[in-house]
Amino acid sequence: MKVIVPVKRVIDYNVKVRVKADGSGVDLANVKMSMNPFDEIAVEEAIRLKEAGKVEEIVAVSIGVKQSQETLRTALAMGADRAILIVASEDVHNDIEPLAVAKLLKAVIDEEKPELVLCGKQAIDNDMNATGQMLSALLGWSQATYASEVALESDSATVTREVDGGLQTIKVKLPAIISVDLRLNEPRYASLPNIMKAKKKPLDEKTAADLGVDVTPRLEIVKTSEPAERAAGVIVSDVAELVAKLKDEAGVI
Amino acid sequence: MAVLLLAEVNGADISVDQTAKALTAVASLGDVTVLCASAGCGDAAATAATLDGVARVICADDAAYGNGLAEPVADLIASLAGDYDHIVAPATSSAKNILPRVAALLDVMVISDVTAVVDGDTFERPIYAGNAIQTVKSSDAKKVVSIRTAGFDGAGETGSAAVENIAAVANPGLSEWVEDKVQESDRPDLTSAKVVVSGGRGVGSEEDFKIIEALADKLNAAVGASRAAVDSGYAPNDWQVGQTGKVVAPDLYIACGISGAIQHLAGMKDSKVIVAINKDEEAPIFQVADYGLVADLFDAVPALTDAL
Repeated sequence: MKVIVPVKRVIDYNVKVRVKADGSGVDLANVKMSMNPFDEIAVEEAIRLKEAGKVEEIVAVSIGVKQSQETLRTALAMGADRAILIVASEDVHNDIEPLAVAKLLKAVIDEEKPELVLCGKQAIDNDMNATGQMLSALLGWSQATYASEVALESDSATVTREVDGGLQTIKVKLPAIISVDLRLNEPRYASLPNIMKAKKKPLDEKTAADLGVDVTPRLEIVKTSEPAERAAGVIVSDVAELVAKLKDEAGVI
Repeated sequence: MAVLLLAEVNGADISVDQTAKALTAVASLGDVTVLCASAGCGDAAATAATLDGVARVICADDAAYGNGLAEPVADLIASLAGDYDHIVAPATSSAKNILPRVAALLDVMVISDVTAVVDGDTFERPIYAGNAIQTVKSSDAKKVVSIRTAGFDGAGETGSAAVENIAAVANPGLSEWVEDKVQESDRPDLTSAKVVVSGGRGVGSEEDFKIIEALADKLNAAVGASRAAVDSGYAPNDWQVGQTGKVVAPDLYIACGISGAIQHLAGMKDSKVIVAINKDEEAPIFQVADYGLVADLFDAVPALTDAL
């Protein structure tokens, strides 16, 4: 079985995000970039399925700026077999929308014909939570989002999903899109020898135009602003004072 | 302008809270038709019809929709989409599973987790775990939008809209439901509770979470937890408040032994009054707290429970 894993280059999750003073977006200049953490979990799951003998080949795909090569090399160092980069933007500040990403991935999938796509449930930059579902719709495939457990068979997958009230288990026919949540696994770190080996693994490069996909955004970003700050509070000295404040000042108990 | 609002219905039960708050958020966009799609959802549709501002309710009562599987529900919504300019839902895990699929079927972008409706094309939504707010203007003919309901008041329940039953559309049969494991609790629902008491890594164990629960029960509150507490196994995942858990905005939020990671703050900083109890006076949670108590939670939380 062949698995495709889309991976996105985003601001590292440990970096404090700063909104640009002119409101045009978030400052991405000279900021540490990493693989989207949910995508790392998807790569790890694909590798575990390969180690379990259920998957033969893992193809990592990234869409964005040319520097996304680094993200793909990370996936290759973790254990993906080969990589495809689709250059869709020259400017790192130009985020490719999930609908365009899904169309580009569909074009790749039409060529590669995988039976499974494992993707992160959302990217931690735009927090849109959409690409997997959109890709599934465009392909007419089944979808299982927010996976915390995946049992893969030859023609189906049983997936436990994290939902608002607890967990839901569904069985999806293959080919399928599975989007992964935090508790599915803990991604491995790439070892130095594997990082060296990854440099020799194949990485094909294409453009959005090669695939005939229009990536013009549907959403114009009017402005980006800082969230409203909360006014500074007070430190109370003990429980009695806290209770008094909550009763008399805040009136919430 | 016409709006189709997907009601939050699980089995036969409607979440009035989520549906009514989403209704408030989109009321300015036009006549709202509420869609109830589930199995045995006649009562849910009747309840939806009482929400103020609902023009009509359509009820698709069919086994295919009983467990909220994305493929059949998305096909149903796409088949109805021609009559509407906006297709909206509260941003629950169920709707966020379905709406992007609907949007792709209609060849439009989805707009997720909207916190403010500026006009029919323009919406505000948080990005980077709430560290920035983006205003986006859609050029698509139809807008598919999920509403983060925490900041909206629910519509009243004095209406009497007509309910129309509609037939199911063809089920693509791509997936099947196996089971649900839902946490049963007598406490209020986390996302709609007036008071939430949350514990963090500082609580130290599943056993010690009982002191958080005792305070919650005294206040008739829901119990929440930080991701650190959930990941450490002190609390179940569906208690998680934060960017990767639930977003809450109760009247009173009491954070016990929670340091205040950005991830957690994203899920609770719109609460009306925030209380932080932490022994580390440098903890970032104190920067968003209205009332901070620098104390060992094992002393302060039981004392607070006793004092109420």
